[in-house]
Amino acid sequence: MLNWDLLSNALVSGVLLGGFYCAVAVGITIAFGMLDIVNIAHPAFIMMGAFIAYFFNTSYGVDPLLACVIAAPFAYIGGRLMYRLYYLAFERHGEESLQGLAFFFGLLFIIEVGLLLIFGVDYRFVEARYIGPGIEIGFVSIPWRMLIGLIVGLAMVGGVALFNAKTFTGRAILAVSQDPGALRLVGGDPVHVKEIAFGISIATAIIAGALLIIIQPVEPSIGRDFIGRVFAICVLGGMTSLPGTVIAAMLLGIAEALTTTYLGPSWAPAVSFGILLLTLGVRPSGILGR
Amino acid sequence: MTLPHASDSAVGENRARLRARALLPLAGMAIVLALVFFALDWVGTDYAYLAAYTVLQYVVLATAWNILGGYAGYVNFASAAFFAVGVYTSVIVYKTVKLPLIATMPLAAVAAGLLGLGVGYLTLRLRGTFFSIATLALSVVMSTLVVNWAYVGGSRGVYVLRPQTIDFFGPYTRYLCIVMLIMAILSIVIARAVERSWFGRGLAALKDDEIAAECAGVPSLRLKLAATALSGALMGAAGAPFPFFVTYVDPATAFGLSIAVNTIAMPLIGGTSTWIGPVIGAVLLGSLQQIATVTISSALNLLIVGVLMVIFITLAPNGIVGLVQKIRERRA
Amino acid sequence: MSGASVLSSRGVVKRFGGFTALSGIDFDLGPNERVGLIGPNGSGKSTFVNCLTGALPCDAGKIDFGGTDITDMAAWRRARLGLARSFQIPRPFRGLTVRRNIEVPLAFAAGLSDQAQIEAEAEEVLVRVGLAAKSRKAPRSLSQVELRKLELGRALAARPKVLIADEAMAGLSDSEVDEILVLLMQLNDSGIAIVLIEHIMRAVVRFSQRVIVLVAGAKIAEGTSQDVMSHPEVVRAYLGQ
Repeated sequence: MLNWDLLSNALVSGVLLGGFYCAVAVGITIAFGMLDIVNIAHPAFIMMGAFIAYFFNTSYGVDPLLACVIAAPFAYIGGRLMYRLYYLAFERHGEESLQGLAFFFGLLFIIEVGLLLIFGVDYRFVEARYIGPGIEIGFVSIPWRMLIGLIVGLAMVGGVALFNAKTFTGRAILAVSQDPGALRLVGGDPVHVKEIAFGISIATAIIAGALLIIIQPVEPSIGRDFIGRVFAICVLGGMTSLPGTVIAAMLLGIAEALTTTYLGPSWAPAVSFGILLLTLGVRPSGILGR
Repeated sequence: MTLPHASDSAVGENRARLRARALLPLAGMAIVLALVFFALDWVGTDYAYLAAYTVLQYVVLATAWNILGGYAGYVNFASAAFFAVGVYTSVIVYKTVKLPLIATMPLAAVAAGLLGLGVGYLTLRLRGTFFSIATLALSVVMSTLVVNWAYVGGSRGVYVLRPQTIDFFGPYTRYLCIVMLIMAILSIVIARAVERSWFGRGLAALKDDEIAAECAGVPSLRLKLAATALSGALMGAAGAPFPFFVTYVDPATAFGLSIAVNTIAMPLIGGTSTWIGPVIGAVLLGSLQQIATVTISSALNLLIVGVLMVIFITLAPNGIVGLVQKIRERRA
Repeated sequence: MSGASVLSSRGVVKRFGGFTALSGIDFDLGPNERVGLIGPNGSGKSTFVNCLTGALPCDAGKIDFGGTDITDMAAWRRARLGLARSFQIPRPFRGLTVRRNIEVPLAFAAGLSDQAQIEAEAEEVLVRVGLAAKSRKAPRSLSQVELRKLELGRALAARPKVLIADEAMAGLSDSEVDEILVLLMQLNDSGIAIVLIEHIMRAVVRFSQRVIVLVAGAKIAEGTSQDVMSHPEVVRAYLGQ
């Protein structure tokens, strides 16, 4: 006999988790899906965001989400600079594959070890009024911190979608993702557009980091668990599609929640890889891909 | 008018030249390795053997990685996973049939090679970046499997008894060192053979332009699968003696970050285009790290490796070998 | 056109998402024939070549090479059977020397196994295409026309029965176009059937025994150069309504 209590809690957790995963993955949808930049260091920037939130929360009592929202513009600028460097060193010569990947891997690694040296291996958490309590609907419990993850995550995807649809730069990003050459013909500069898009990508990572540390305690090495998740969502969602990202994030969230509930939390990291391999093997264009 | 066809004398001349080219570097390498071995024996301490073991292990790992990474251009981020397959195959053998190390290593190689084939078959038909992404996630999944597998110790790890001495070789640490030395020689010979063979040329062609290579008759998927399997198998073989080296095996060490990073950093810093690069990278970086771990923390150590790697990729993409070549070209 | 075709297609269809690039192409190439394939930009010529050589899978239709059905065959197998192509934009193996570029198809497509023989044969090919002096250079040091010759040299080294030359003369000067044309004629003389895809009309007219015209993914005319050039549909396609 199926335990509805357990199942419904798992499903709800999954959806809430999925909302958070939207925040985590939207940056990769932009960077990898649209711009073809394999930024495998994306999870490291999420971790950076988490620790920025931690630092300002414990040292100055600032709300973690607020801290990262304030940090986001700086992350945007940093992201732009980073893309400049990447472009000058690799993309321009067309040698992206091997060295570009290794470059981001190096960044991933440097950030993780850097955080380790600064903050140590202990789990860190933040304090805020909404962490802890939640709402109860019947036998389903919805913690506030998870709900915030869902709301902010969906808001971020919505924000990016709006940006892409309404602003010139946003539409230019969409154009670049389909055909950089065509953009040049209408007077846009693909490099400039990619730079802005990458900056946005990094900014989203920082905010996602705040959500992460609100949802659970963090320590530097958990970034690696997110690599599989982030790319699984991007590929499953069809690479460039933002609605696809949301659907894929929800699916992954639910799959992980069910696995955690019925098999135990130590199996959860394997879920994303399984989904990634399955997608790559069976339908590489993803759910909503072309 | 007929299609071009070479004369017999031209063919004969080429044959003689090729034979000479093959023998010289092998002879040189044999001499160098013999010297290294005598130097180690002269020092004779456990510590010397174990330090040398680590460096030699990295020679194997870096050389193996480069077969797929440098020759074919496919970046494998999961060296730790392949290494760990070797480690845990060895652990399982230790807990069941207790075969000698020489028999375990081929088993480890086969297991890791199969993993390579599996992952490759799923992802190598797609772009190179998807293969790399899949390998990133592979490490996490393999370590999840191990953590959940109580027989090999789960997250608590497992202890392996290392004998003090062994017949004919003397101290067990010396034996381990010799095993790894032979493994290093073997992997270098294999890498060099691949590089100079048509297998290697085919990899180089598909690295430059896969579609043009296919149109020239290169069976790219087969070559990529072969390179992945070979690369993985060598990494697995390198992992087989590891349990006896550390005596306590847990997922954190087996899937350690230092293996993942060093295996990539060493060929990139040394140079990816030829077998010499990974060897230089492994010997230099490996030795430096052995010296450094007594003075600085291992985390800082790895940070420096990471920074060095990024600096080299950005400024000297062809590594030390590439820099040497540039200097030579400028002089000529 | 007599005798069995060495390369033929029936009803080849290729779609990209909602866009139909090829809407059912029938094609025949006799052994040792010289056929020109022309059409405006975007008419599907390169797509058709990609389907014939296996660089792209086709959505419908059949392709036959010398009696063997190659519709689902991998590109490298087709190359080994004797179907060679040169690329519109030259794609040399940048990390290999010019000579090594020629050696790759000799070793793989032509299937030679003796390294000494491969090296000697490669030198011969380079002499034939006029690149012997650049044997040890890297492709980046070659001029445009030399890169085109390298493309043809690579195709020649595969010992093909059929060579598809995809815009081998684009962007070249008049005298350079003639150089390539002479080379292609010589290759045809030695027994290779050649499909010439070109925009340079004088080259097509001089070279081809038969011309096929592709417009918007469909074959609209086929015949001798004169027949085709005066065909009303062709004139309309090139000069507009």
